[in-house]
Amino acid sequence: MTKKLRIDDLLNWLSGLSIMAALYLVFVYAPTEATMGDVQRIFYFHVSSAWVGFFAFFVTLIGGIAYLRGRNRDWDTLALSSVEIGITFTSMAVITGSIWAKATWNAWWPWQQEPRLVLVSILLLLYLAYLMLRSFLEGEERKARFAAVYGIVAFVSVPFTFMSIRWWQGLHPVVFEREGMHLAPTMLATFLFCLVAFTILYFTLLLHRVRLGRLEDQLIGLKERLRQGAGG
Amino acid sequence: MAFLNKTLAIVWKDVVAELRTREMLSSMLVFSLLVTVIFSFSFDLRVENIAQVAPGVLWVTFAFASTLELNRALALEMENDCLDGLILAPMDRSVIYFGKMLGNLIFISAIEALMLPIFSVVFDLNLLQPSLLLVVFLGTIGFAAVGTLLSAMAVNTRAREVMLPVLLFPIILPVVISAAKVTGGILDGVPLSELARWVQFLVAFDVIFLVVSYMTFDFVVQG
Amino acid sequence: MIQIEGLVKSFGHTFALHEINLDVAEGQFLAIVGPNGAGKTTLLRILATLLRPTSGHVNIDGLDLVSHSGEIRRRIGFVSHQSLTYGRLTVEENLRFYGRLYDVAELEERVDSLLRVVGLDARRQDPARTLSRGMQQRLSIARAIVHQPSLLLLDEPYTGLDQQAAEMLRTLLQTVNAESRTVVMTTHNLQRALELCDTVAILSSGRVVHETESEPLSADRLREIYWAYVGNGMTREHAETWHS
Repeated sequence: MTKKLRIDDLLNWLSGLSIMAALYLVFVYAPTEATMGDVQRIFYFHVSSAWVGFFAFFVTLIGGIAYLRGRNRDWDTLALSSVEIGITFTSMAVITGSIWAKATWNAWWPWQQEPRLVLVSILLLLYLAYLMLRSFLEGEERKARFAAVYGIVAFVSVPFTFMSIRWWQGLHPVVFEREGMHLAPTMLATFLFCLVAFTILYFTLLLHRVRLGRLEDQLIGLKERLRQGAGG
Repeated sequence: MAFLNKTLAIVWKDVVAELRTREMLSSMLVFSLLVTVIFSFSFDLRVENIAQVAPGVLWVTFAFASTLELNRALALEMENDCLDGLILAPMDRSVIYFGKMLGNLIFISAIEALMLPIFSVVFDLNLLQPSLLLVVFLGTIGFAAVGTLLSAMAVNTRAREVMLPVLLFPIILPVVISAAKVTGGILDGVPLSELARWVQFLVAFDVIFLVVSYMTFDFVVQG
Repeated sequence: MIQIEGLVKSFGHTFALHEINLDVAEGQFLAIVGPNGAGKTTLLRILATLLRPTSGHVNIDGLDLVSHSGEIRRRIGFVSHQSLTYGRLTVEENLRFYGRLYDVAELEERVDSLLRVVGLDARRQDPARTLSRGMQQRLSIARAIVHQPSLLLLDEPYTGLDQQAAEMLRTLLQTVNAESRTVVMTTHNLQRALELCDTVAILSSGRVVHETESEPLSADRLREIYWAYVGNGMTREHAETWHS
């Protein structure tokens, strides 16, 4: 119990400090980009959010597979928690991406120029469907089982969606280019630090969300026992 | 051999039942015609050459008609709990998957076969080319492969008619994108060698989702 | 034939069955009686391999229910609340379809004889949905025994049947049982259970509260026990008027 608490505290402090450090790096340390100006600074959090979203959905895939193998409800709690966090971060990625696009291409929604933004919004739709599926089902066990299957199917479809959107721009595949700018070493350092900071934040949130999920589960169990006790 | 025999028994049962009332095929056909009409009118004022949007209209119509069919096909198994009857039979659950999948493939293809000549007339295009038929077939396998799995989940939800498209559309998006792209390419006279990449892409989608659905279907139908 | 040991089934945190222990011998006709929500259907669906037990062991013909479900499915016939038949297919098409799924040899002869047994010979060409409730129930039984299972499971087979149809069903079930099949039937109607079955188990709130095989009793005494557990404080007279 005490050991668990320590991991908790460690993650809380670590994510708090690293996010503050990331803010400092993004707004003070990193130089202003020559052509795009200050708006480029959105890039650090934008890509980090997208990365966490993607990683979260990968964790959901793993949680789903593990649930189907062993039917341990904790895996399902993990998968669900990860989806909720993933949706939060992909939403952030979509919003920041849209702001960036407005500054860069003078369009909120650059279908043609920025296929990755379209991909992230489809990710968002996929996992909103995941949550919707759960809320429209009866029975905890069935929810977990169907959600695990959908988590697998959804994740497998992501590379296909990415490739098709990529190729959709032209009949020939476009070579994956960098962000359209050269990253100075300080920028690269800031970017990598943000990735790490966001990943730590993800694990902190996941830990708390999973714990909450398990408590919720216990509460339902206690209520049920109380109800049955009162009835019989 | 027994596997094939039982799979075909399920397909045969669905085809016989459908041919008796033709409820599903007729409603799919009327629905597809309506979608086409609505599209033609909504584009007419803005798009100069309506043939340019034909590939998109074609595939959106097929995707909509497919959800109608997939929902109906699994809803029929829920009537009188027939799905329980299938699960009780001494056979692998994948027999149910492949049986229903083939049935869905047949019914969606039947509607597409009826719609293609109508599209050709409405949009004044020649859609009955062998290469185009191949693309339609590959796209339909993709719809049926994922759709059969997801419809088996959707029938167990409240508001099942809404649930299937919500689950299905984000997953079959790559099929719609690539199939519409190849259809457009073929209509524009782009040589097939240049479209081969897309066709391979469709084949890869079909194969992978047939395998994934086959492996996960068991979890959807067990109690 | 069936050994159930410490069977538990829970849905999430709700327990449907607590520690069920029950033995059914070959050729026995067991009725599981109890009020709605007692867990009868859950128990029967577990025996039919449609639900997985949460814990405990079930053996049918010496085979474990979970690990040998495929083999067990060949040996059981299941008659559910619903008919499990396709309304748009004819009576004989339904039987032929299920016969193919069960690899029945000489299917045509089997279908012919089944239709005679359940008295649906005259209606064989009609779509199943045009049948009356009683006929549907007979078709449903024919469907369940198309592969000649050694164990027949029936879930509330009398629901929605009128007097005449119930009489026919009773005769049919007696015939089926006489062919040395083991039959397990659930019902909330104790009267039905007593007139057909050689053993009665009373299920209440997911527990077997009484089993007559271990302790044979007169019908009247059994009624007293049933209402003591099920009536929830109601006297038997009250309860029986209430339920009729």
